[in-house]
Amino acid sequence: MREDQAAFIELHEVCKVFEVHRRTGLLRRERREVRAVDGLSFTVPRGEMVGYIGPNGAGKSTTVKMLTGILTPSSGRLRVAGIDPSRERTRLARRIGVVFGQRTTLWWDLPLGDSFALVRRMYRIPDARYHVNLERCVQLLDLGGLLEVPVRQLSLGQRMRGDIAAALLHDPDVLYLDEPTIGLDVVSKAKVREVLRKVNAEQGTTVLLTTHDLTDIEQLCKRVMVIDQGRLVYDGALAGLHAVGESERMLVVDLEREFPPIEDLPGARPVRVEGPRQWLAFPAGQSAAPLVAALAERYPLADLSVREPDIEQVIARMYGSAP
Amino acid sequence: MVERWASGLRGYGLIVAMWIRATMVYRTSFIINTLGNFLVTGLDFVALLLMFSHIHALGGFGLPEIALLYGATCSSFGLADLLLGNADRIGQRVRDGSFDILLLRPVPVLAQAAADRFAPRRLGRIVQGLLVLGWGISRVDVNWTIGKALFTVVMVISGAAIFSAVFIAGAAFQFWAAEASEVSNSFTYGGCTLLQYPPTVFARELVRGVTFVVPLAFVNWLPALRLLGREDPLGLPGWVSCCGPLVAVAALTAAGLIWRAGLRSYRSTGS
Repeated sequence: MREDQAAFIELHEVCKVFEVHRRTGLLRRERREVRAVDGLSFTVPRGEMVGYIGPNGAGKSTTVKMLTGILTPSSGRLRVAGIDPSRERTRLARRIGVVFGQRTTLWWDLPLGDSFALVRRMYRIPDARYHVNLERCVQLLDLGGLLEVPVRQLSLGQRMRGDIAAALLHDPDVLYLDEPTIGLDVVSKAKVREVLRKVNAEQGTTVLLTTHDLTDIEQLCKRVMVIDQGRLVYDGALAGLHAVGESERMLVVDLEREFPPIEDLPGARPVRVEGPRQWLAFPAGQSAAPLVAALAERYPLADLSVREPDIEQVIARMYGSAP
Repeated sequence: MVERWASGLRGYGLIVAMWIRATMVYRTSFIINTLGNFLVTGLDFVALLLMFSHIHALGGFGLPEIALLYGATCSSFGLADLLLGNADRIGQRVRDGSFDILLLRPVPVLAQAAADRFAPRRLGRIVQGLLVLGWGISRVDVNWTIGKALFTVVMVISGAAIFSAVFIAGAAFQFWAAEASEVSNSFTYGGCTLLQYPPTVFARELVRGVTFVVPLAFVNWLPALRLLGREDPLGLPGWVSCCGPLVAVAALTAAGLIWRAGLRSYRSTGS
């Protein structure tokens, strides 16, 4: 089996068409074709960590389902590690790990440790390998006290860490993560990102990350692909995406007392004032540090925070359409 | 092919073993549940006993003969229900999306679906069925030989295989209609109740249906009629009643094909 290093994940003109039936009368049905993925082509080399983003319903999940072999493409060519996922789903399963943010792959009623033990046998992980990997996951993901706890009793953050561990125990070559940080608190998010970075750097695991949180991408991925209406609309660095989309970050400042809108700050413009709190927009490609320094020099600052633009806004700006 | 079977059985065994271990953590609860299952499923036989306190024969069958029919179908159905009964949760999994998870694991999906939430308490029904069957065997007017004893064992096992085929086909239909579990229940649970009574009390069309369409008659009716030395109401040639194992293999093959078609349809529609 040929395993092209330059194209570990490879899609060529992949389409997925769903037939949707809509009841229009008692017996009459209307048939409509929905092209969830429409002529998608891209390649991901081995060991790369790629962000895969797009608005809801853009075709992200459908793509991931085709890459894992859950769904069969309607047309086009698709290979992961040289394997055609829909034809050899079970063989591919040993080489990929999948984490769904909204759905657990663990066994709901079993203690976390039992779930891991079952994964070990299902994937036929050699003993030595399993113990090393489990040890590493327990340490990295802080699972020490949780192995005896049934999955349904875990908090969302704990469960997510458990899911990530379960997806890593068999040393997958590819890791797909669908919204792995959704609903998590800041500490858990940071933990998850740290682990993904480590796995990618140390094991050379190829990672495809789907997310709504641009910070995930910013901190993890050099490359980002944007999909909209089933088509790839951007493929490159995140900074480039901001430039294309002319997206803005928001500096939210709390001053010690009320001031007129801050107009005299180069690179930033006030968009909203609410008592002592002001919202200043500045280009996403620009650093916030000099802005904050200039601000602190002229105004009495009480507090401040920076808000990232969300993906919908970035994409909406790219196409000038409302989200 | 052989590899897939081996992988399926192995995966099935792994998951079942884990559920048994999980169940045995709460041993008392397991005992109470099994006892409950034993008693609840036994109520059907109590109903028959009550009926026989007023009558002496049902469709020409005496109580021991009915017990033989009842025990055989209960044991067969109990086995199939224990081994595959949870496959009909597929519809729910398809609806809530958790079915995709099964497709991500390197174990055949049917094995995972069948072993999911394996419930050892269902032993209750099997024990109950076997007890009634044993009582029926000891009371019926049959000259027991080793051949007839073996015939009885084969009857129970191929009956279980036929019910299993119905379970699998029923689960597969849920790929097309996720709400169809009630329809398949009418063939599995409904079929089990049907077979507890002698075929002579039902209309010939119904008996024909369960002989040639959904071959439930081969679970116990046809073989038991032979054991008891009775004519079958359809007047089929004698060798037909020995076809249980063949019918079971054919039914399982058909069910397997339906399952594959259903799975393929799911994977191309992603419903």
